[in-house]
Amino acid sequence: MTDLADLTIAEAGHGLRKGDFTSVDLLDAVDRRAAVTEAHLHAFLTMDHDGARAAAEAADAALAAGNDLGPLHGIPVALKDNMCTIGVDTTASSQILAGWKPPYDATVTARLKDAGAVIVGKTNLDEFAMGSSTENSAFGTTRNPWNTDTVPGGSSGGSAAAVAVGSAFGAFGSDTGGSIRQPAALTGTVGVKPTYGLVSRYGLIAFASSLDQIGPFARTVDDAAVLLEAVAGWDRRDATSINGPVPDLRGGLEEGVAGLRVGIVTELSGDGIDPQVLAATKGIADKLSDAGAEVIEVSVPASEFALSAYYLIAPAECSANLARFDGVRYGHRTTVEGTTEDMMSHSRAEGFGPEVIRRILLGTYALSAGYYDAFYGQAQKVRTLVRNDFAAAYERADVLISPTSPTTAFKVGERAADPIAMYYSDVCTVASNLSGDPAMSVPIGLDSGGLPIGFQVMAPALGEEMMFRVAAEVERLAGFEDRASLATSDVVVPS
Amino acid sequence: MKPGWEAVIGLETHVELNTKSKMFCSCPADIPDEPNTACCPVCLALPGALPVPNEKAIEGIVKIGLALNCEINQSSLFYRKNYFYPDLPKNYQISQYTFPVCEHGSVPVDVGDESVTVGITRVHMEEDTGKSTHVGEGGGRIHDADHTLLDFNRAGVPLVEIVTEPDIRSPEEARAYGAELQRIVLALGVSDAKLETGSMRFDANVSVRRIGDETLGTRSETKNVNSLRSLQRAVAYEIERQIQVLESGGSIHQETRHWNEDSGETTSMRTKEESEDYRYFQDPDLLPLDVSPEWRNAIASTIPELPAVQRARYVASGVDAKTAELLADTAALSSLFEEAVEAGAPGRAVGIWLTGDVVGHVRRDDGDLDAISLTAAHLVELASMVDGGKLSSSAAKEVLLAAVEGEGSPSEIAAARDLIQVSDSGAIEAAVDAVLAENQDAVEKIMAGDAKPIGFLMGQVMREMGGKADPNVVRELLHAKTNP
Ligand SMILES: [Zn+2]
Repeated sequence: MTDLADLTIAEAGHGLRKGDFTSVDLLDAVDRRAAVTEAHLHAFLTMDHDGARAAAEAADAALAAGNDLGPLHGIPVALKDNMCTIGVDTTASSQILAGWKPPYDATVTARLKDAGAVIVGKTNLDEFAMGSSTENSAFGTTRNPWNTDTVPGGSSGGSAAAVAVGSAFGAFGSDTGGSIRQPAALTGTVGVKPTYGLVSRYGLIAFASSLDQIGPFARTVDDAAVLLEAVAGWDRRDATSINGPVPDLRGGLEEGVAGLRVGIVTELSGDGIDPQVLAATKGIADKLSDAGAEVIEVSVPASEFALSAYYLIAPAECSANLARFDGVRYGHRTTVEGTTEDMMSHSRAEGFGPEVIRRILLGTYALSAGYYDAFYGQAQKVRTLVRNDFAAAYERADVLISPTSPTTAFKVGERAADPIAMYYSDVCTVASNLSGDPAMSVPIGLDSGGLPIGFQVMAPALGEEMMFRVAAEVERLAGFEDRASLATSDVVVPS
Repeated sequence: MKPGWEAVIGLETHVELNTKSKMFCSCPADIPDEPNTACCPVCLALPGALPVPNEKAIEGIVKIGLALNCEINQSSLFYRKNYFYPDLPKNYQISQYTFPVCEHGSVPVDVGDESVTVGITRVHMEEDTGKSTHVGEGGGRIHDADHTLLDFNRAGVPLVEIVTEPDIRSPEEARAYGAELQRIVLALGVSDAKLETGSMRFDANVSVRRIGDETLGTRSETKNVNSLRSLQRAVAYEIERQIQVLESGGSIHQETRHWNEDSGETTSMRTKEESEDYRYFQDPDLLPLDVSPEWRNAIASTIPELPAVQRARYVASGVDAKTAELLADTAALSSLFEEAVEAGAPGRAVGIWLTGDVVGHVRRDDGDLDAISLTAAHLVELASMVDGGKLSSSAAKEVLLAAVEGEGSPSEIAAARDLIQVSDSGAIEAAVDAVLAENQDAVEKIMAGDAKPIGFLMGQVMREMGGKADPNVVRELLHAKTNP
């Protein structure tokens, strides 16, 4: 019999309503999975056992009373630890917030609770979401369940690993330059960065406000649709959230791609991409063509400069966003005696890790008088070009496709000492953050080393319905049903 | 000012708006006394919290901009002004930089008998900070403090900054501009504009140069000016100080100075060279702020009569400029004045009674102008009694003050105090005839061309009438009957 932890959300929901099992059973299943895998993965920073049990029991009682809250009712999910959860530690993987318990729920948290979801815990990330490997966490590295010598990607590596291994049915991450899609690619999960403004950022600890967007991790495209629909939609607490209807993501999943124009992005399909990743991507493109899509090559010239612009804009915004962590009102406060200024600067120096400090310094520099025009100002111009080039590309194609990550999972420690090599992990993903358009990663196979390969589908702003429709077809064409060995081998972990 | 020198002054004014809630969250903007009781995740800058602009505050700033004849930008931008300070929760202030809500305005200001126009560079929207209280040996100065207490109730209260062009030339003009701005803000009802509590605060940028110099001198910025009088004093002090420094061969540093009310001096706080680079950049949490022409017009339609227009109207009803200003500046008086004049009372007399006699009387007793018993109907009645000759001007003042004290209507008071004049010429004529009959020698002198005895005869008639005859009527009759 299948372990309950391996069910899709749709299957779990079906069984719950049939009375085959309860939400508490589902919670027990993912708890058992976590109990045997966490020692090897460290996907979670906090497991909220009591809160999750109470929520599961409440979900069961509500369902028994005929009060059905929808497809996430009773489903255990995990949250990246940069989303506020009332009374439950929320640290952004930083010493500066160690032990901090928010007095409020993020909008995403509140909407999940309203939808009957059971929040099992908070997952690891690169400190303040700055990184592409989840090695920059102040509380330890998360490992990839497909091979624990490798990273799960980042910054939402904890959420990716938890979903890949079955410690949660779904999870949420945040994507500033690829922080959902790249770890989804490296862990063989589906990861979605929605249109900027589709999901409220209220209660998401900001990294780069104009780029950050919350989105789901799931094992299937359909599950990802369920998770995203539950949290999408206007929020009066986020001035940048879009006031419009929530898209119907599941409605078009079976419609196929016949007649659609699918553009392969030239700039993301050549140099710098691992040959196996490239071959797998082209293979799916051919299958899309066979399935009736018109597959063409489309150039997005400015995407070549996207990475450089991203690594100026994101640090600039973070230098201001992280200014509030000063030891005055919450978080780590130094014991060094001195003036108020001393207190603030020592608290920050002690509380932040090296990558965070590097980016704050970069961003402060990029905004400084005399440098602003050459750095931040120039990067904003590139951003406009990226937007224009994408808009032009979507004149020719309904969706764009590319690899999600230039490589499959790399070894723990391999890029830790080389920030530029690490930054290059985002080369296929950052452009969508700059343009604000939606993009998602779908697993399409394994490389020769047995590591998952991700396939990126991109769409114009608020084009999620089209994006999910194509992603569902990619999922069918790829026929990828493998599971991480850690999840299925009852814990025989090498190393 | 010392001959040969000219001062160039620009003012930056901060006005806290009296909206119900703060600028970017729903906490009350009406600050409670108990520290840190009007705070939430947003105004405490908790991780993950986001700002959402308060529409009422935008209406407030647009009103101010329109009243100052500004252009209202259809699309304006919020910026982050970055600096670290413990009472600034985010360690950046949400403010504006390029494209503020209002730009390019002007305000006419009366200084004595002259009118000058002060240009308004910009009016922009921002948020207030919290309050630091430094506790310890140092008498409230941060460097000597033992510890610092923080109160974030004020953090995030909507703040409007109004920046003038360097058009002001004297301490008197600076004060007059400050007073006019305060009147405008009060008339708009967007702030209580109290200098003493800091809901309105001035920073004065002052420089001096020799008359004829084209270039501007180096300026200082003086803070902590918390009354109109100290604004005038601080500017005057800075002008004199800078002239003295320059005349003795020194140079002026661009710096921030602190006005000390007790010593009447400004002292250096910090020089601009050491001050921070604020690294302004557009706030990615906030969209461009759109003020559509429809919204702008809807706001414009709610703007009440402005003080300058009100004063001009008062002058047209017969009062002088100074009286008009006094009336317009005091709500209790202006409403009495307007109602009385509307009902037909003469503006000039009512203006003098209110700003002279009534104000003098109430102030002498430390009374409250809002609590007096005088009504507009009283003023109308009093004016008509004077006009009809029933009250002498001195009796009218006595009646007026009694009405202020609540003794009743003017006719009741005049009757009770036996102050009614007889102006019935029949009764007066009988008395005149009797007095003339008894004083034939005086009559003869007058008829011979000696006018002096008229005064004596007036006195006799008034005595006959018990002092209550209208002296004008008596005089006329005496003249008529002694005319040769
Ligand atoms: Zn608040």
